[in-house]
Amino acid sequence: MTNNNTISKTLIVAISLCLICSALISYSAVELRDLQEANKTLDQQTKILSAAGLLEDGKEISSLFNSIEIKIVDLETGLFNTSINIEDFDESSFSRNPNTSIELTSDADIALLKRRENFQAIYLHYENESLKAIILPVRGYGLWGTMKGYLALESDLQTVIGLEFFDHKETPGLGGEIVNPRWKAIWKGKKVYSDSGDVIISVIKGSVDKSNKNAKFQVDGLSGATITSNGVTNLLSFWLGEMGYGPLIKEIRSKESADV
Amino acid sequence: MSKAKEVLLNPIFNDNPIALQILGICSALAVTGTLYITLIMCVALTSVVTLSNFFVSLIRNHIPTNIRIIVQISIIATLVMLVDEVLQAYDYESSKTLSVFVGLIVTNCIVMGRAEAFAMKNGPIMSAIDGFGNGLGYSIILIVIAVIREFVGAGTFYGIEIMPLTTNGGWYLANNFFLTPASSFFIIGFTIWALRQWKTDQIEEPEFKISKNSLEAEKRTN
Repeated sequence: MTNNNTISKTLIVAISLCLICSALISYSAVELRDLQEANKTLDQQTKILSAAGLLEDGKEISSLFNSIEIKIVDLETGLFNTSINIEDFDESSFSRNPNTSIELTSDADIALLKRRENFQAIYLHYENESLKAIILPVRGYGLWGTMKGYLALESDLQTVIGLEFFDHKETPGLGGEIVNPRWKAIWKGKKVYSDSGDVIISVIKGSVDKSNKNAKFQVDGLSGATITSNGVTNLLSFWLGEMGYGPLIKEIRSKESADV
Repeated sequence: MSKAKEVLLNPIFNDNPIALQILGICSALAVTGTLYITLIMCVALTSVVTLSNFFVSLIRNHIPTNIRIIVQISIIATLVMLVDEVLQAYDYESSKTLSVFVGLIVTNCIVMGRAEAFAMKNGPIMSAIDGFGNGLGYSIILIVIAVIREFVGAGTFYGIEIMPLTTNGGWYLANNFFLTPASSFFIIGFTIWALRQWKTDQIEEPEFKISKNSLEAEKRTN
């Protein structure tokens, strides 16, 4: 047997192994990318439909998604923006680019985002030409990382249809329960704004006392996951507030009252 | 028994990687909440350990001894990344649930252990058989744990409802403890005990005996 332990042999083995391995991985990554992207889109559409309570058994996701209209909204003014192509919109790159995002002051940054993009893609569900649901992407910091999800509101922009998280790093069994169907079901019918227009929906500690007059603004906390629960409260306050979709919601409301 | 058959079947009960060698425990704790996810994990690990054994064995005569661990890890890591890519493309839901645990196959002691202990000394075909056998041994323990955990923790078997839960209007109050990874410790412990009752040659000689405590020693002298 030849001596394997010379420097040249070691280098040859190491380099050729690295080349072969990296070639294999690159090839598979490129080959499978389309399928993976399709899966991601499908997953995103499923989550959006699920937040809005539109999922039906045995129906194709893409056909159900036809009733959903995607619009880019300018978060500063609350107006729809038609100059940005929906395909070109990418939340993470928009929120990092200084030209398309703003830095949040520590007072405003309750959801711990650091930067907020100036545009966001929102989803509108129409039934017979009338707006039935509006689905807003929301995100904020929990205990271990950013929780990303969709909040669906009824056309009164006040009643929650559902809150669905599609990406989070919370502890399984504790904070990870934000994706538990039983907990998600509590959200349906909750109200987000007080009479004076402030965001007052919150995840409280323990369970909600039904006789309390504020019960409709409160959601049972997740036991053992106070920081995650607070994170959910904070991200909703942020995104429904002035720095988030507040201007958009005002805009839609004023348009509606003008129509009447 | 022929050598190949022995190499294939030994790791299942006689020399089980989890129950006797106590390797690869981390994933046995983490991914055994539901049977379906467990099966995906078992297939992933079995294919990785089979192929890694094969390839390591194939080039074993050319691996310089001073970088052999790095070479083995590179091969294992490549295979794990491939499995991860395939999973993301064909079973996105499971890949999301398994998330980091597919990647952690790289550090699974069974894969590394078989490459170092078997594949470096035996031919490619025999090594592949050995890897496959060890994958099966790992799988069988994981499946046992997953069946118990899913049944007691959620009242289901492979997602089919066996005992209707109280939360769904049934009579069975789910034991949430069994949904936590810690329950696997107990199940693995009992599995090892059961296996050693059956295969008594697996019982180890005690390494030491605890001596009588001073109180008892005093009693005796009195």
